Amino acid sequence: MKTIIKYVLLDLLRNRVILFYTIILAVLAVSVLGIDDNPTKGLLSLLNITLLFVPLITILFSTIYFFNAIEFTELLLSQPIKRNKVLLAEYSALTVSLSTAYAVGIGIPLLLLVSGIESFILTLIGILLTFVFSSLALLIFVKFRDKTKGIGIAIAIALFFTLLFDGFLLAFIYSFSDYPIDQAVVGIIAFNPIDLARVLMLLHLDVAVLMGYSGALFKKFLGSATGSIFSIACIMLWIIVPLLLSVRIFNRKDL
Amino acid sequence: MLPYKLIIVLLMFLPGLSWAKSIKVYPGRNSFQKAINAAKRNDTLLLQPGVYKEHDILINKKLVVIGVHYPVIDGEHTSQIIFITADSVILQGLQVQNTGRSSMTDMAAIRVQNANHVIVRNNKAFNNTYGIYLQNAGFTVVQNNIIQANSEDELNSGNGIHAWKCHDLIITGNDVSGHRDGIYFEFVTTSAITGNVSHANVRYGLHFMFSHNDTYTNNRFSDNGSGVAVMYSKGVTMTGNIFLHNWGDAAYGILLKEIADSKINHNQFLKNTVGLYMESTTNIAVGDNQFNENGWGIKVMASCSGSNFTRNNFTGNSFDVATNGTTMLNHFSENFWDKYDGYDLDKNGTGDVPYYPVSVYSVVSERVPTAMILYRSFLTGIMEQVEKVMPSIIPDQLKDDTPRMKKWKL
Repeated sequence: MKTIIKYVLLDLLRNRVILFYTIILAVLAVSVLGIDDNPTKGLLSLLNITLLFVPLITILFSTIYFFNAIEFTELLLSQPIKRNKVLLAEYSALTVSLSTAYAVGIGIPLLLLVSGIESFILTLIGILLTFVFSSLALLIFVKFRDKTKGIGIAIAIALFFTLLFDGFLLAFIYSFSDYPIDQAVVGIIAFNPIDLARVLMLLHLDVAVLMGYSGALFKKFLGSATGSIFSIACIMLWIIVPLLLSVRIFNRKDL
Repeated sequence: MLPYKLIIVLLMFLPGLSWAKSIKVYPGRNSFQKAINAAKRNDTLLLQPGVYKEHDILINKKLVVIGVHYPVIDGEHTSQIIFITADSVILQGLQVQNTGRSSMTDMAAIRVQNANHVIVRNNKAFNNTYGIYLQNAGFTVVQNNIIQANSEDELNSGNGIHAWKCHDLIITGNDVSGHRDGIYFEFVTTSAITGNVSHANVRYGLHFMFSHNDTYTNNRFSDNGSGVAVMYSKGVTMTGNIFLHNWGDAAYGILLKEIADSKINHNQFLKNTVGLYMESTTNIAVGDNQFNENGWGIKVMASCSGSNFTRNNFTGNSFDVATNGTTMLNHFSENFWDKYDGYDLDKNGTGDVPYYPVSVYSVVSERVPTAMILYRSFLTGIMEQVEKVMPSIIPDQLKDDTPRMKKWKL
């Protein structure tokens, strides 16, 4: 498994896209943080970049990479290696390189220029989202045989989680605002990894304003450590469940 | 020549005429009260170190009471401890502790009642219902006292420094914590509250009612249950105070209710749920203040009128300004807003397009608090942008026509 990871990593390095991604993130981070002497503003801009682009780029790149590497995968499978090992090796190599890109591009400038718990949380969020969306990409890869269809689905999934989901949720909150929907909303949030990541950041950036709302949701759930633990646990599920599903499907797949 | 010599000779005898003595008092059964009863007007009592288990001590003549190395006056949770009912008493250097608790009377560690020109300074008051209680006092100084208690709820606790129907007080350099209200003023006029620290009180750091023409400067109010409340007063001047970290669903840096003709200058509002809350106020000048990292910088209700907000810095607040209606009879100008994204073509330091400080999402979340969970998502970002182009939800009269491009140096 280690050898496979090594070769996939080398391949990714040769690919240069990861390097390019790192540089773009680094330039963005340094410029956004350098423009203003107000660190909160810079953090917010980086949060927006993270929530919008990291999922999209990760899922697109991963899907394309998995589909392109299909011959390599088939070659490996002709050897006496277990199927799930091949798949997990490819997944780990990809996520490791993408999250390293994020950690180097955004994490290091952030931790150097704006120290504090918020910077750490933002870096963590980016890395977690990378894991989630490459895991989803793997699921797309094992589920669909056609590359074009796979890429289309990947774009649809990214857009769904960044935009559509929130739209539906807002409509839901508006139409049922007369009812006690606090807990239901927290439950719904769990179905969107991007929202979970955003809530995690919100808990550290806007505690003061969250304390201003009466109601169990903001006091008990969001006001305490429970909120953070809940969010991280749900994101973990978002990584593990698609991964296990794809391994399961891949094991039974007729290649 | 003779009258001059006579006067000089008489002056030489003057110290002997005053008869003022210093009397040392040692711990013993009611020794403090006995010493007071035995002392004459203008005498000085020097309380020696030790524990004096006494309560309801009455100082009813002009005396100077000085504690040597903080002698402890312990009320043993029974009753009130020291009453001062004479003018010009000086009380200093005592540690007064453990008053009783009662729902009938306000049990105070040091109570100044119907007296003028009293000085209470450098005392420590621990674990009392009320710390220092001024009742119908005038020209009284409360200085450098440390007042602490461990109150848990509002019902069974009292205030650190409580002033009722007083005038011309000076409250300065005190450190009050763990009481119901740190400093409480009711019907107190022309007084000054300066350089005090009031923190971790159950309700308000400073509570201020029907008290006109008072000044409070350079105080620090932090971590109080509900911040500071100033109500039903006029002519209040607040300068150089720090309001820090007052968190909760009814916590405000300052809450102003029915205040008129007052000034709020050079204060710092840091990390409060609401920095400044205003309701039914008239003609207030809010200038040169810092609003930093608050949930809401200012909440100004539609019932406020004639106030000017100028030269303030708003940085890192979740929401800068919120209001509850569309009418706005107050004026914002020359403030620095870190969320302003306009331009300054003529380079005069003032933005060329007005800034609307009410964020659309603060209006939305006011109506539907649950929607707050979507705050800072991409979707709400789009909503903000659309609202900027076509304002429909936010009150369009609430705007700053001359926003500053650079932060004021305050």
